[in-house]
Parts: sequence; structure tokens; C-alpha cells
Amino acid sequence: MDELIATAHELTIEIGGMPIVVRTGSEEFAHLLQSRYGGFVSHDGAPPAYELEVELAPPGAVSDADDVEVRRESGRWVMERGDFRAEWDPRRREGWVRQTANPYSIDCVLRILHSLILAREGGFLVHAASAIRHGRAYLFAGVSGAGKTTLSRLAPPDVALLTDEISYVRRRGTGYEAFGTPFAGELARIGENLRAPLATLFLLAQGPENRIEPVDQSEAVHALLRHILFFAQDDEMVHQIFESTFDFVSRVPVRRLVFTPDSRVWELIV
Amino acid sequence: MSPLYIARSKEIAARQLGGEMMIMSARDSTLFNLNDVGTVIWEAADGITPLEEIVGRKVCGEFEIDAAEALADAESFVRELAGHGILVVSDEPIGSGQVSGQPVAPPPASSEVPE
Repeated sequence: MDELIATAHELTIEIGGMPIVVRTGSEEFAHLLQSRYGGFVSHDGAPPAYELEVELAPPGAVSDADDVEVRRESGRWVMERGDFRAEWDPRRREGWVRQTANPYSIDCVLRILHSLILAREGGFLVHAASAIRHGRAYLFAGVSGAGKTTLSRLAPPDVALLTDEISYVRRRGTGYEAFGTPFAGELARIGENLRAPLATLFLLAQGPENRIEPVDQSEAVHALLRHILFFAQDDEMVHQIFESTFDFVSRVPVRRLVFTPDSRVWELIV
Repeated sequence: MSPLYIARSKEIAARQLGGEMMIMSARDSTLFNLNDVGTVIWEAADGITPLEEIVGRKVCGEFEIDAAEALADAESFVRELAGHGILVVSDEPIGSGQVSGQPVAPPPASSEVPE
């Protein structure tokens, strides 16, 4: 009889100030999540904003989807990839995931969930490194190989790294704030769980010297749209992201940071 | 040759920035920039004015372009946009159900988000 009663293990993963309680029947998986999300696991006992049940499946494909698919069905979001299938009800603020016991599947689900939640309030996840210096946050956007991880590695000790891969941006007052994320790139180190008002978005370009160049608003819109994580081909989402992008470039300075892989580039970020 | 009617698709988001029209397809998230002539045609795409009339009155009137050449270019342009779901093209007038009411998105209702 005892084996029919699954013990729920739960932990709250708070990214971007949004606590999501994750429940699983596996103590081992709960420990794995605790280890994976480290400083982003909240212990303050605050009520969760969202709830997610994780059901572990035996090894093997969970879904037929080759790549990530996100679609809306009867007011719920359905997300799937070969290694997971998940549903999310935005009105009830809850969902479930069926996946094998690995941290990569739920990591992808969390990225999608946060991107969906953020879109509704004018924020977004973006392919960018980010860091805080002197109380102000800076984003460094670029495709793979543009230098996000390199720039993060070169950061001096007074810089707090928020992420070297996926940055978290929310509207606040008349501007924007950047938050740390556990979504790491080649640095393989989760960011610090900190936040700060966003001072500048830099578009990364490697060159023979370090310099900052102006970027016109049209180019800024194009570049930002290219780097925002955008999972759902959905009319409402497209409008939200499109409007957020224009709003962002009207409020946050966007510049091109041409840099050579040398720590002196950080002398420009003050 | 029968007249061609064009209408802005409802499945797009559009904004004008510094004289440049930027349009994003909700179908595939592709972003388009329209030049001056393209923007004029886009803004006039109401579903009921034939393309030939739009080109004659708006394009040739404003940009001093040969009418036959302008119409051929415009047809090619609208068919390309239709291929991406940005415009609806038909040989009959297009009902308002398929048309976006405004050529560009209205400004946000509020410029601030509460803390």
C-alpha cells in the first residue's frame, strides 16, 4: 500500500523575482534540482506565484517532436520536445511536465514558461550576457561566438555576473531591470541571483580595438528582435514581443561594443 | 486584366520608425522593412481600392515613376508580401474581416508599469 502513495518533494525556484514551486515524487530528482539551481532555490517561504508538477518518465523519447514546439490549445500552452511534454495553464498559474530524470528538460520548460509569463508584462528573455557594475546592469547581446562568454570571463572582480547566455529583462517604472539567471552558456556557471536597473544594451562585435559605437533605433529593433527568445508562433505573442521591443529601445540606450578579447574592454563599461 | 485588391493581414504587427515601416509576421516572426514606396502601398491597402488606382494616385503622384513600370513593380511587391502572410491579395474586393484596421499599431495605452 505504501508504494502507492507518492511522497511529494518540492522546492521553489525563483528566477526574475517569480517563484515557481516544483513538485516531484522523486527525492533524487529534487536533490538534482537543488544542486542545479543553487542560489535560485528560494527558502523564504513566500507563497509561490506558479506551480509545476514534474512526472518522471522511464528513459526514452517522451514526445515525437524533434525540436521545441510551443502552441496554445484551449487557453493552455502545450510545450514539447523529444525529451519532454508539458502543459501550462496561465489562468490557473499551474502546469505539469512529463520528462526523463535529467535537468536539461526542465531547464528548457522553465525558459519557455518565463518567456511566456514575461511577454504578458512587457519583459523578455534574450540571448545576452549581463552583469552589474556600480549598481547598474548591462546587457551584451550576440549570437553564439559573438563573445558573450569571453566578455564574462574577462570581467573584473567588482562586476557581478548575471549570466553569460540568457538574460532576464522586466519592465520597472519608466525603465527596465535585469535579473540574474541560472541559464549558463559555455562558462558553465550559473549567474548571481541579483537585479539592477538596466543602463545599456550593447550589441557585441569583435574588432581590433575596444570602442563603443552608436546604433540607430531601426538597427536596435532588428538586433533585439533577433536575440529575444521566442518560442511560440502565436499572434498575441508576436504583438507583445514586437511592442516590448519598440518600448525597450525607446527607453534603454543601445550601443555597439566593438571589443578585442582583452580585459581592458571593461574600462569602457562604467 | 482584372483589378487586384490588397489588404493588410490581421496576422501582423507593424510600426513606423523614422520614416521606415517595420512589419512582423505573426505566422513566422519574419521582420520586414518597407521603403517609402512600399509604405505608401501598405498604408493604402484597404481591401477596396484597386492596386492600379493606388499606384496611379499615391505612388506615381508622389514619386514621379512611370505608371506601367510602377504597377508591374507593385504587383511583384504585393505578391511577395502575400507570400509571407503580410498582405492579402485578391481579384475581388476584400472584406473587413481579413483586414487590419490600422496601418500601424496604436501607441501603448500606458507608458509605465507599476512597481
